[in-house]
Amino acid sequence: MKEELFVSGRNIPDIDPFLNIWHWQIPLYLFLGGLAAGILFFAGLFTLLGKDKEMPATVKWATLITPLALILGLFFLFLDLKHKSYFWQLYTTMRFESPMSWGAWVLLAITPLSMVWVGSYMKEMFPGWSWKLALLDRFEAWTIRYRFYLAWVIVVLSVVLGIYTGILLSAFNARPLWNNSILGPLFLVSGMSTGAAVIILMSKSHYEKTIMSRIDLLLIVIEIFFIFHMIMGFRAGSAVQIAAANLFVGGPFTINFWVFVVLLGLLFPALLETLELRGFRVPAVVPAILILMGGFMFRFIMVEAGQITRYLY
Amino acid sequence: MRYAMAIDTRKCVGCSDCVVACQTENDVPIGFCRDWVSETVDGSYPNTVIELRSERCNHCEYAPCVRCCPTHASHYEEGGIVVVTHHKCIGCGACIQSCPYEARYSHPEGWVDKCTFCIHRVRKGEQPACAAVCPTKCICFGDLEDPNSEVTNVLKNRKYKVLAPEAGTRPQIFYLV
Repeated sequence: MKEELFVSGRNIPDIDPFLNIWHWQIPLYLFLGGLAAGILFFAGLFTLLGKDKEMPATVKWATLITPLALILGLFFLFLDLKHKSYFWQLYTTMRFESPMSWGAWVLLAITPLSMVWVGSYMKEMFPGWSWKLALLDRFEAWTIRYRFYLAWVIVVLSVVLGIYTGILLSAFNARPLWNNSILGPLFLVSGMSTGAAVIILMSKSHYEKTIMSRIDLLLIVIEIFFIFHMIMGFRAGSAVQIAAANLFVGGPFTINFWVFVVLLGLLFPALLETLELRGFRVPAVVPAILILMGGFMFRFIMVEAGQITRYLY
Repeated sequence: MRYAMAIDTRKCVGCSDCVVACQTENDVPIGFCRDWVSETVDGSYPNTVIELRSERCNHCEYAPCVRCCPTHASHYEEGGIVVVTHHKCIGCGACIQSCPYEARYSHPEGWVDKCTFCIHRVRKGEQPACAAVCPTKCICFGDLEDPNSEVTNVLKNRKYKVLAPEAGTRPQIFYLV
């Protein structure tokens, strides 16, 4: 038995008795970033596949919220900073070893690109729309002409953004729960699934809803596989990894994780979507909302639980 | 040059003088500390072994805090001392998450703070405040690359350990056991 106590009475705010330096801002930002990455990925993908006419919500309407989601996400990230007036230092340095650094740069690239994407569809979505500036009109014509290339850039950057939301956490060796290589792909798949949910919510065409439901179903299956894979990996790992997995298997996060993330956020919406595809009448809003809530809960629990895990000595 | 510390767990009495000396020397805000004393009790009564350790930033050779800092605020100074440049730190907390020793904290003014090995004293040829003040002289600070330094000799002649070597950070605080 090993027991440790601080003789000098250490009780630093947000560090003791266990680390809690990242609060709600970070999971909310990870959620919004993943969601925007998911929507942009599908928008770019279906443009590249030449299906932009059949998938209006995917390519046009859902992308309307991506600039908002990204800006809101960046705002939450800013709220989390403790030395706020120095935030611009992020953009005076570029460090590839630091996910926080290259993530900030990716966001700086994809946020304006998402605006350009939405801008190129403004006249199609709102027929009375006018840019009121000849320069913007010319820019719009240019973006419409090169939309196919823009779609390529957006697909690549959205995958980078989606993976980054996971790598941001998995790069921390000191937090055993985060420090596993499946977390990047897991967050990417989960972000795509939440993006698909938003598209299903906004879509009015049955054809589009069916395609997105099928994709979403596949993503959920992959996500469940990744989650089991992650926990299996932990259980077969070192002492600190076993302790990390035990937070979800019998530990304080067991009910939150299995009920709100796996059951209500993945299995139940997957069941509803299957029934829907089989022809049962299920309001599409229900699985979509559940997926969005599950996606947020997943990030919230991972950030909260990960900070508790640590090396023991 | 490679600055390191050898701390004798057999001599330490847990008086916390190092903590107070550090807080005074470095103007550490009330309620915070850059070093601390922890006590590990191993075994069960009546067969217990107690170890007292004065802990602080390990000034790791492969410091994860330096690696993950997005703005280069956390960096290496001479002798491998890990220091935070206040006006570059944005307070994102990445380094706090990355430290296996939980040696960093968010200073009330926003930037991240931690032990600096009293770099301002070391540059003048003085000992860090904690080492200078220790009544049992259990903290030994010096250059590991100097074959005649006290740290080098102490580590040559005594058994020692480092904390969480499995984290792969190559910590530079050695605990004599």
